[in-house]
Amino acid sequence: MADKVEFELVSPEKLLTSQPVDMVVVPGSEGDFGVLAGHSPMISTVRPGVIDVYEADRVVDRVFVAGGFAEVTETRCTVLAEEAIAVAEIDRAKVEQEIRDLGEDLEDAKTDDEKARVEAKIAVARAKLDATGATTH
Amino acid sequence: MPSLKDLKNRIASVQSTRKITSAMKMVAASKLRRAQEQAEAGRPYAERMGRMLASLAANVQDSGNGPKLMTGTGSDQVHLLIIISSDRGLCGAFNGSIVRESRRQIQRLLSEGKTVKLLTVGRKARDQLRREYGSLIVETYEDVGRRKLSFADADVIAQKVLSLYEAGEFDVCSVIFNKFKSAIAQIVTVQQLVPFAVEAQADEEAAGTEVKAVYEFEPDEEQILAELLPRNLSIQVYRALLESAASEQGARMTAMDNATRNAGDMINKLTITYNRTRQAYITKELIEIISGAEAV
Repeated sequence: MADKVEFELVSPEKLLTSQPVDMVVVPGSEGDFGVLAGHSPMISTVRPGVIDVYEADRVVDRVFVAGGFAEVTETRCTVLAEEAIAVAEIDRAKVEQEIRDLGEDLEDAKTDDEKARVEAKIAVARAKLDATGATTH
Repeated sequence: MPSLKDLKNRIASVQSTRKITSAMKMVAASKLRRAQEQAEAGRPYAERMGRMLASLAANVQDSGNGPKLMTGTGSDQVHLLIIISSDRGLCGAFNGSIVRESRRQIQRLLSEGKTVKLLTVGRKARDQLRREYGSLIVETYEDVGRRKLSFADADVIAQKVLSLYEAGEFDVCSVIFNKFKSAIAQIVTVQQLVPFAVEAQADEEAAGTEVKAVYEFEPDEEQILAELLPRNLSIQVYRALLESAASEQGARMTAMDNATRNAGDMINKLTITYNRTRQAYITKELIEIISGAEAV
C-alpha cells in the first residue's frame, strides 16, 4: 500500500484534519464504505457514525460525525461534517443524559415537524453512544 | 470669551473621549483579526461544498427536475430580504449603508408590485426600518454571535428561512450584507439565496477544480441534492454573517481611528486657545498694575 489518500475532515467552522492516510472507512447512508487510493469518484451522504482512519491495517484514529457529506476522488476523500468529535473524547454519561433530555423534549413536542427534529437529534445521540460502546481494535 | 476654567474642563472632557475612542479602536482591531481568522477557517467547507454542488447541479439540471430550492417556485411574487446589520452603533457608515441599500431594494420591489417581507439580523436594521416598513418585518434576530459567531447561530436563521419557504411564504430570498474588502472598505452586497443560483458559484469555483470527474452518487443525485441544498443555505447565511461581522469591526476600527484623530486635533486647538487666553489675562493684569503705579 504505497499510495495514500488525502483524508480531509471539514466542519463549517474549520478544517479539522487534512492528512494522507492508507484507508478511511466512512459511514455512508447506504452502508459503510472504505476508501483506498484510486477509489472511483463518488459523492455520498453520511449518516451519524464513526469514521475509522487506517494506517497500515491498523485503526489510528476514530472520529464520530453527526452526518454530512463525503466526496471521494482518486486521490482524496473529503468529509463535510456537521459535528465531529474524536471517539475518545465522548463522555458516555453526558450523552446518556442528553438522550434522556431529548426523550422529554419528544414528549413535549407538539407538531410533527418538531417531533421529527427531536427524533433526528436522538438518533444522532444514540449513534454517538454506540460509537463509545464499540471497542477499538 | 470663555473663561480659563471652562476651557480646562473642555480639554479634560475631550481627552477622556479620546481615551475611549482609542480603546474602542484597539478592541475593534483585535476583534477584526479574530473575525478574519474565523472567516478564513470557514472557507474550506464552503469551497468544497460549492464544488460538490456544482458537479451535482450539472447532473441534475440535465434531468430537469431538481428540488424546489434550486428550481424555485415558478413565480417571483413574494420576496424575502434578509438584512444583516450590527447590534451596536459607533461603526461609521456600516449600518447606514445597509439600511440605505435595503430601502432602495424594498422600494424597487414594491414599485414593481411585488410583496416584500423582511427578516432582520441585528438591532440597528430593525430600529431603522421599523418606522417605515414595520409591518413587513416577519422576524428579527438580535445578539447573534455576540460572543463568538457559531455555525449554530446561522443554522437557526437558515432553518427559519427554510420553514418559511416550505410553507410557501415567499418565492425569492436574498440576503443584504456588508462584504468585507478591507478595514476601510466594505461593500454592500445583495446575494440571492433562493432559488439557488448555481452558475454564479460554479464560475467562482471552476478555477479551483481539476478536470471534472464523473461522480457516482449514493443515494441518487436528487436525494443528495435535497439534503445538500438546505445545508448550503445555512452555509451561505453563515458566510454572510461572518463577512458582516468582519466588516463591522473594520468599520468600527476606521471610525474610531478617525474619532481619535479628530479628538487630538481638537485638543491641540483648545490648548492653543487656552494658552492665548491665559496670556491675555496676564497681560491685562500687568497693564492694570503698571497703570496703577503710574497714576500715583
